[in-house]
Amino acid sequence: MTPTYYLLLSALLFTIGAVGVLVRRNAIVVFMCVELMLNAVNLSLVTFARINGSLNGQIMAFFVMVVAAAEVVVGLAIIMSIFRTRRTASVDDSNLLKY
Amino acid sequence: MSATMLLAQEAANHVSTGEAVSFWVLGPLALAGALGMIFAKNAVHSALFLVLTMLSLGVIYLVQQAPFLGFVQIIVYTGAIMMLFLFVLMLVGRDSSDSVVEVLRGQRLWATVLGVGLAVLVVAAVARALNDVRPVGLAGETANGGKGNVANIGRALFSDYVFPFELTSALLITAAVGAMVLGYVERHLRGRKTQKELVEARFRGEHDRPSPLPGPGVFATSNSVATPALLPDGSVAEESLSRLIDATASAKLDEERKAVAGTLPGPDARALVPGKEES
Amino acid sequence: MTGTINLAAAEVQQASGVANAAWLLLVLPAFGAVVLLLGGRRTDKWGHLLGIATVVAAFVYGLILFFSTTSLDAAARTRDLHLFDWIPVNSLNVEFGLRLDPLSLTFVLLITGVGSLIHIYSVGYMSDDRDRRRFFAYLNLFVAAMLLLVLGNGFVTLYFGWEGVGLASYLLIGWYQGKDFAATAAKKAFLMNRVGDVGLALAIFLMFKNMGSTQYDVVFAQIGHQSTGVIVSIGILLLLGACGKSGQFPLQAWLPDAMAGPTPVSALIHAATMVTAGVYLIARSSPLYSLAQAADARLVVMIIGAITLVLGCVIGCAYDDFKKVLAYSTVSQIGYMIVAVGLGPAGYALGILHLLTHGFFKAGLFLGAGSVMHGMNDEGDIRRLGGLAKKMPITFVTWTLGYLALIGFPFLSGYFSKDAIIEAALAEGGTRGWVFGGIALLGAGLTAFYMTRLLILVFLGKPRWENLKSADGRAYHPHESGPTMTVPMIILAIGSVAAGGILSGMLPEWLEPAVGKLQEEHGPLSATVVSILTVVISAIGAGIAFALFGRGEQPVARPERVSFPVRAARADLYGNHLNEALFARPGVWLTRFLVFVDNRGVDGLVNGIAAGLGGSSGRLRRLQTGFVRSYALSMLGGSILVIAALLMVRFA
Repeated sequence: MTPTYYLLLSALLFTIGAVGVLVRRNAIVVFMCVELMLNAVNLSLVTFARINGSLNGQIMAFFVMVVAAAEVVVGLAIIMSIFRTRRTASVDDSNLLKY
Repeated sequence: MSATMLLAQEAANHVSTGEAVSFWVLGPLALAGALGMIFAKNAVHSALFLVLTMLSLGVIYLVQQAPFLGFVQIIVYTGAIMMLFLFVLMLVGRDSSDSVVEVLRGQRLWATVLGVGLAVLVVAAVARALNDVRPVGLAGETANGGKGNVANIGRALFSDYVFPFELTSALLITAAVGAMVLGYVERHLRGRKTQKELVEARFRGEHDRPSPLPGPGVFATSNSVATPALLPDGSVAEESLSRLIDATASAKLDEERKAVAGTLPGPDARALVPGKEES
Repeated sequence: MTGTINLAAAEVQQASGVANAAWLLLVLPAFGAVVLLLGGRRTDKWGHLLGIATVVAAFVYGLILFFSTTSLDAAARTRDLHLFDWIPVNSLNVEFGLRLDPLSLTFVLLITGVGSLIHIYSVGYMSDDRDRRRFFAYLNLFVAAMLLLVLGNGFVTLYFGWEGVGLASYLLIGWYQGKDFAATAAKKAFLMNRVGDVGLALAIFLMFKNMGSTQYDVVFAQIGHQSTGVIVSIGILLLLGACGKSGQFPLQAWLPDAMAGPTPVSALIHAATMVTAGVYLIARSSPLYSLAQAADARLVVMIIGAITLVLGCVIGCAYDDFKKVLAYSTVSQIGYMIVAVGLGPAGYALGILHLLTHGFFKAGLFLGAGSVMHGMNDEGDIRRLGGLAKKMPITFVTWTLGYLALIGFPFLSGYFSKDAIIEAALAEGGTRGWVFGGIALLGAGLTAFYMTRLLILVFLGKPRWENLKSADGRAYHPHESGPTMTVPMIILAIGSVAAGGILSGMLPEWLEPAVGKLQEEHGPLSATVVSILTVVISAIGAGIAFALFGRGEQPVARPERVSFPVRAARADLYGNHLNEALFARPGVWLTRFLVFVDNRGVDGLVNGIAAGLGGSSGRLRRLQTGFVRSYALSMLGGSILVIAALLMVRFA
């Protein structure tokens, strides 16, 4: 086995996350799927760091984590405020902006 | 020298049996967690499945010679962020679990097709591009060698990456402020009306009457709610009578009411129109 | 033949002397019309006098002009009077001018002369009409337009007068506006004239396109250099115009209906004056028709004339309405003229000669008919007349003289003009000569038949009217008309008797500058033989009429059980049916079809595009569902495409 396997695992996780975004309707679960995609990318970054023999990949993954944390904070706040006004957490119910 | 380098590279290229075993254990676990997250109906279960995946990934980071990231993954992600998720989930309520019915026609089918397509595409591309890659490994001086992984990452962060690092602080501050702004609920928005709004509502007829109930009156002997108000002709204003007092202690109040209304025998200097006391 | 062209076109001189005032001819009657129309009721008292005065003044001036012209050399008789530039548009310069030559002067005399008589006659005839003043205004308008038609020195001025005549004729036919048949007849005349006018207009367009001008001198100087196709098409289009105005086949149907106008007067205008415009047009265009290349056009002219000639005769035999028989007689006589002018140089002068003589005797006949109807409570059905010779002696005598002139009684007007045409037609030579000559001869016989029938039924025989009452319940009291009506009839009767003999000698020479020299050709039969033959055939026709109608009682009611030819003739030989079937109905169908195309096709296309765009954009709008997950799905699809493209670039 080679480190490539990690990349394949990362690709599969990313795809699963993407499909999850598409099929789940609970905004929080959709958000978790996005987190999964970020994690998949982190995995590939870590693997690339190992393949290249440089820490740059790991630092990049670290930054991704920071951004993800900030994103989660803001995203969950948005979800909360939507829930407060509309009493729902379904992404399908927020469809006012349309034709 | 070159022989040792070569040896080290050989070691780096070759994935040890232990790592292989851990990969084949952790990889399926991560996949299973991801799939479980998608397919769990309950959002809390989804979150727990995601925790499983993240933990697996954290261990994989450790195996992949990234101890710092592995711990950060476990502590920050699994520990903090996922707990935040669970917290919000509890706040929103568990009843908001997804309904099984898909409202968008063809959404699931197309999501599956495109997901499989994406997977095939990326997997094929990665496999084709990296089938004969020879990993350098992280044994180098600036990587995990020398002072070690954490120290090297720290030095890189505060030297090469200091500017992006500072930017992240700005990002985090902004995120915190944003969360506060979004989370703050102004009280009056969902609470009491202003005086002006109340008056307008009264005159629109949203209340029983436009004015407050009558008070005890100018000639009242006491300021008590138990003392009914008098109309200019000396009669009792029915509206000023408290229903509560009426219901509970009407017998006790009879005497006093008569006295106030001037129906008691004897001259009553307080009566405005003495001759009309029979009414 | 080129010689005639030069003769007609080249020697145009500027008018001088008396001719300088030739515009008076137009202005006098036009002035009368304007005053009478604008003056309104204020002019009621003296309006008719003004109308007469202007036309008589024009006639007198025409006479002066005529005599001043006769004193000139033959070569100097064609003169132009430039009045003003009418339509100067870049390369097209339409000049408003007058052409004074023997042909136009002949017509001026005919128009103003006959016009004066009509005016005088109308004073008596229209005395009961409270709108007599307006009637005179229309008559003046007609005379002015007709004079413009014959005097104009270009085809556009001719067209102007042509339309003015059409307008006046429309107004006069529809004089009794309150009556349906009059309004319909006026409309019919107007519309059928427009068909002819389109031909004339197209001919003028062709002239402008090919020769760059519409003036007579330019056109006739250059017409010889044009291609045969252009010449023939101009010739046939001019003929179409002539057909419309002169009531020739296939546009003959309006003329009999035009008798709906005030009885003899507008009938007279249409019979003796206006309808000759077509003959004038063709005679005026003689330089064109005389060309060797125009042989086909001439043949068409002759065919049209021959068809009309026979058609008018046949229908005239069957009608019972006094005026309509005369109207169809007019149609057929104009057919003679058209045949004559269609003969080319051999016939122009003869056509004009017949036109003039016909103007005299047909005017007399119509005035006689009007006089009869005036005395008979406007009764026009000849089966209800009869035996009027004793009651109206002057009318009878003048009418009979006109009748004799028309059927070609020896040494009366018709004898000189009609026989000459028959002779010229026979002289055309070969099969063509025999065919057209034969038709003309047959026409002479038929003419004698129906005119004799008319004479017998109206003036001779038993007075069938004695036991009848007119439609309004009055009994008939036939009486002779007043002098304003009889004097014109007497004058015209004299003309009918003498005009032919006098004119036949002078006219061809007189007209030479305008229409070229009369080329006398000698056919297979000598002139004497033709004359005798014509008279004999006419006599046979008259004899048959005497045999059929002269003896025995004539039924008052119209016999309904009649043979097919009579039925066909009573139905105008199905001319109206033909027009309706060939033009009116297809026109209606075409209109319906076009309306359908417009509604469904054009509107459908426009509305379809609009609806298609609206509908498709309405559907396209539905893509914006507002569902984030749909958008995410398309984003994922797009990403896959981008990745696939990148990989293809990278690995392919």
